[in-house]
Amino acid sequence: MTVVETEPARTSAPVTEPAGAVPPVADEPRRIGGPTRSGVLALCGAAASALCVAVLLFGQIAPFSGALGFTVTWYAAFLVLYAVLTGLEEDGQAVRDRVMTAVLWTAAGLLFTALALVVGFTAWRGREALPHGNFFTQDMQAAGPLDPLSNGGIAHAMLGTLIMIAIALAITVPLGLACAVYLNQIPGRFSRFVRTIVEAMTALPSIVAGLMVYAVWILGLGMQKSGLAAGFAISVMMLPIVIRASDVVLRLVPGTLTEAAEALGAPRWRTVWHVVLPTARSGLATAVILGTARGIGETSPVLLTAGFTAALNADPTSGPMVSLPLAVFNFVKSPEPTMIARGFGSAAVLMAIVLILFAVARVIGGRGPGHQTKRQARRTARASRRDIERYGDSNSPRGAENCATSHPQPAPDNGDSDR
Amino acid sequence: MSVPEVSGEPEPDRPVPRHLHTARGVGDRIFRYQLTATGVVVLGIMAAVGLFLLLRAGQALRARGLGFLTTAQWQPDVHNFGIAAVLTGTLLIAVVAVTISVPLAVGTALFISDVAPRGLRRTLVTLVDLMAAVPSVVYGLWGLFFLQQHVIGLSRWLSTWFGWIPLFAVDGTQPGEPLASDSVYTASAFVAGLVVALMVAPIQCSVMREVFAQAPAGEREGAYALGATRWGMIRAVVLPYGKGGVIGGTMLGLGRALGETIAVYLIISPVFVIQPHILQTGSNSVSSLIALHYGDASEFGMSALMAAGLALFLLTLAVNFTASSIVARSRSGAQSEA
Repeated sequence: MTVVETEPARTSAPVTEPAGAVPPVADEPRRIGGPTRSGVLALCGAAASALCVAVLLFGQIAPFSGALGFTVTWYAAFLVLYAVLTGLEEDGQAVRDRVMTAVLWTAAGLLFTALALVVGFTAWRGREALPHGNFFTQDMQAAGPLDPLSNGGIAHAMLGTLIMIAIALAITVPLGLACAVYLNQIPGRFSRFVRTIVEAMTALPSIVAGLMVYAVWILGLGMQKSGLAAGFAISVMMLPIVIRASDVVLRLVPGTLTEAAEALGAPRWRTVWHVVLPTARSGLATAVILGTARGIGETSPVLLTAGFTAALNADPTSGPMVSLPLAVFNFVKSPEPTMIARGFGSAAVLMAIVLILFAVARVIGGRGPGHQTKRQARRTARASRRDIERYGDSNSPRGAENCATSHPQPAPDNGDSDR
Repeated sequence: MSVPEVSGEPEPDRPVPRHLHTARGVGDRIFRYQLTATGVVVLGIMAAVGLFLLLRAGQALRARGLGFLTTAQWQPDVHNFGIAAVLTGTLLIAVVAVTISVPLAVGTALFISDVAPRGLRRTLVTLVDLMAAVPSVVYGLWGLFFLQQHVIGLSRWLSTWFGWIPLFAVDGTQPGEPLASDSVYTASAFVAGLVVALMVAPIQCSVMREVFAQAPAGEREGAYALGATRWGMIRAVVLPYGKGGVIGGTMLGLGRALGETIAVYLIISPVFVIQPHILQTGSNSVSSLIALHYGDASEFGMSALMAAGLALFLLTLAVNFTASSIVARSRSGAQSEA
């Protein structure tokens, strides 16, 4: 943005043009932004000299140990040197801009490095347990803490996670989507109030959700700890997340579409069912999947409500049940290395599930509301062709012509506009 | 609009807005009732959280009175318990987390909205969202088995050079003594805060990025046209515009940090004294207290835990309400005319 380059092309071009005989010099567009040679050189120079400074200073300024201290020293020296080097040829504004750009790159780099470390570390430590096939097919009933990894597995936890999240989805999807539609379609003081409460509940501590179900279901109604109770606890936690995410998506549905439906005389429920929900389908799917990803990974509500067992239990209504995060939590509390390895293995499986859910959400939700996949676009095109034929049969030929021209393809910009 | 009457009517009709009459069919009425009913159900569930905690906590709160807020011990069976220690620990961990995460989150949000190469932005947004969805137990594992040993050096350096600040002091070690045992620096509020910071930073970042991305293009271009550098533009346009988002995102992260259970539970070693030294081993938090004691609690002990949960619930609720009202009141998110 700050780069101001002199360009001989523009001044020379008008001179050469009238002559005609000489091939005109190509009119190069001026580059705005982007790295310049001196900028890159300053960056590299600062990095190199900061390395030298850090090597010199390290161990002299403070008993600062480990790679972390070295990196921090290097980075501080780098920022100062970079400012000085840039200051040799630019003014103060530009120096500040360059330094802050470097700082922003660092902040983002740190965050994404941390993500890579978290995911990578879990996968790396999980490498001991994951190659064993029995890890996925057996439960821990027959495996003691000292047993090798070739005995016992986490089938019970995987099944438990599946059942709990199914229960939670069965509750949150209808209730959450209906509530989001309510917030959007029936405005008023009450729905504003509900929205405020839901937004405040998005950050409800998950252990409080577990505590609430514990208070109502187990203490209040005298039920056992079970998979059902854990499913309820996860639902309480997921519900605000799903509602809020779907609310945001529904708000993005173009008003022209709903107005068109209303203008055609559709009652509100038909408008919602046939226009609003299909338009926002991909976004709603994303909202639900993201909520699922959060719900699958929660430990504390399950910890309070599901109990703990080492055996496979497929009945959510009775007996304790284990979910993957809870299994991780219990494995790593043990001092035995094999148990810790199992814990990391389960954590890697959990991460993989979350990653897959995320990838699915990305594929489904990658497009905005109203944008269709190729197949959906073909289907709507077919439907409109059928409509045209139907109108053509019932009306006079002239009417059919009119229908054909005045019946636009729904979502005329579908297919390629999101590429 | 209206055609002026030239016929010399003494009092032209004042334009009265036409009364719109909505005739709702049976289907629509059922639809509306059903939707309103779901709204009520959701509200009921949310209200039940507070209500049942209050009901269950009543016994313990009546028995303890105000002492509940000032006692550091947790011995519910001899009626000597309070949340002074755990609440202090919760707040310290959350403050450490927010102090570390906010610069990271603001930087990353600005990076995604203004600095990153255009083609990379959507990938980065997905990565941030993914990071927000990584289960907390995975962060806890990472903190316990990976981060902790790498942070000891930093903790020691901080306590050696800034030990004169009470917050960074560590008992049981002499400043400058290089051979002090490492174990006094592990399992501290600082390590827990660091892990929680990484958990909340993506959440904060996605809130802030959304607001930064909405900063009006006209004003951005205006700043550039006046000769601003990119950082100058960010300071003059994006940051003032996104102030509400920054504050709101910070508070949202604070709410999450206050309630984090498993990662904190895995890392800290629980103590029941008010521990103001964040670098020193031993800390506590409300949620890890609940996770620690729910299993062996008597009926009265459970009531005491419910009371602690209620305190945590009220605290996060207050933080969240503040956050959402700040975001709603600021200019951020408003449609710009430019």
